[in-house]
Amino acid sequence: MSSIGTGYDLSASQFSPDGRVFQIDYAGKAVEQSGTLIGLRGKNGVVLAVEKIVRSPLYEEDSGSRIYSVDKHIGIAIAGLLADGRQIVETARKEALNYKQQFDRPIPIKVLNDRISSFIHAYTLYSAVRPFGVSVILASYSPETGPQMYMIEPSGSSYGYSGCATGKAKQAAKTEIEKLKLADMDIEELITQAGKIIYQVHDELKDKLFKMELSWVCELSDGLHQIVPDEWYKKAYTAGVESKRDDDSDNDI
Amino acid sequence: MFGGFDNSYSPMWHNGPKPGAFYNFPATSTSSPKDEKQRDSQPITTGSSVIAFKYDTGVVISADTLISYGKLLRYRNVDRVFKVNDHTIIGVGGEYADFQFIKKYIDQKVTEDYCYDDNLQLKPKSLFNWLTRVLYNKRCRFAPLWIDIVIGGLQDGVPFLGHVDHRGRAYEDAAIATGYGKHLALPLIREKIENQTETLNAERAVELSKSCMEVLFYRDCQSYPQYKIATCDGQGARVDGPINVAQNWEQALNV
Repeated sequence: MSSIGTGYDLSASQFSPDGRVFQIDYAGKAVEQSGTLIGLRGKNGVVLAVEKIVRSPLYEEDSGSRIYSVDKHIGIAIAGLLADGRQIVETARKEALNYKQQFDRPIPIKVLNDRISSFIHAYTLYSAVRPFGVSVILASYSPETGPQMYMIEPSGSSYGYSGCATGKAKQAAKTEIEKLKLADMDIEELITQAGKIIYQVHDELKDKLFKMELSWVCELSDGLHQIVPDEWYKKAYTAGVESKRDDDSDNDI
Repeated sequence: MFGGFDNSYSPMWHNGPKPGAFYNFPATSTSSPKDEKQRDSQPITTGSSVIAFKYDTGVVISADTLISYGKLLRYRNVDRVFKVNDHTIIGVGGEYADFQFIKKYIDQKVTEDYCYDDNLQLKPKSLFNWLTRVLYNKRCRFAPLWIDIVIGGLQDGVPFLGHVDHRGRAYEDAAIATGYGKHLALPLIREKIENQTETLNAERAVELSKSCMEVLFYRDCQSYPQYKIATCDGQGARVDGPINVAQNWEQALNV
């Protein structure tokens, strides 16, 4: 890395001569070590899917979860340092509560995205703190606004997406997502495609154990964000495992 | 007050007491400390009766949709019974603003339950107990939340019904009514729930609720012919209505 030893990478409050803040780049590296995270926004809902890498078979199956609800109608998924991510989730929940108490209606995801982006950005401005080592995806659905999805990077910049990926295999996942006609896909297609992508991009040579986590917020769930029910999870799982097997048999030939 | 006696007379002599008052010695000021405030309050915009009782498999709570401003029927389409979650319902009377204040916190508890994603939800007894603490605490600060709140639901499958008032006084019972309902509806309800020969099922419970609401409308001048009924049993919690009282004023001739 060109930055090492130049002295410009020690503080989040100093630019390097070529206009970078290396601490933010390093935070990005923390995200790249994390299991892949994808978000797909279709016709009538959003699906979040996580490749949760399990570092020990001794962990309980549902521990170390990376998908959370911020409010009933907003889901958040994190890639990167789990503990940093939890901090963001806490902040997001406080923002949602505060908005609801002031305005007596659920927080629009656009507002939440602005608030959380600013919060993450604030941690890139001072030498006394380090940036968050996470990228987060926010997802929501309501009949009025339709499905919405935002991804925020460690720099605090954020964009609205119809499909996005971050983490280890983000390049491979993005290539797969770009092949999809997301705007026409219903929730069932989103679920199976998400399952396929997560299983396809998983590198079983590097990380043996992993668990796919899936959540949705859509018309079918009445605009509630929730971990997908078992029967739906199975659809994604089956689609994922099958596509993986097809891939492997291609390699044999 | 005292037979037209005007208390604002000037002192009887210089620096002396006013007629009917004590002499005010220098340096023994009897004036009140500066931080004294009147903190006790009275309800302004109020809901009237709530009636609630247990039946064989659940609980029913009903209340009309009226919020009065004094004797004025000010807001005629306001909900006073609510579903809190799948096994808790509430009904409220008294100062509606105070209820709106506390409702925010109840809703937040429900949202937190949702976010924890552990399939655990607030149970009626927990909400009941929490409300006793909050309301008693507020009255101890001389700033009571002037509400009568009835909490019902299924506590681990068993019907639960409790009442907390603005002083934090609380009790559980098989039949609870607040306001005029206490005098008018409670005897009607007790007659039915203490009837050994006929079990009170969901259908009969709703019928009983309806007849109570009808009686309340006839006899309580701060009631309204439109009401809602919340029920909670094994099938979950729901609020039905608005329902209108089938008014029959013919019977007024028989009174």
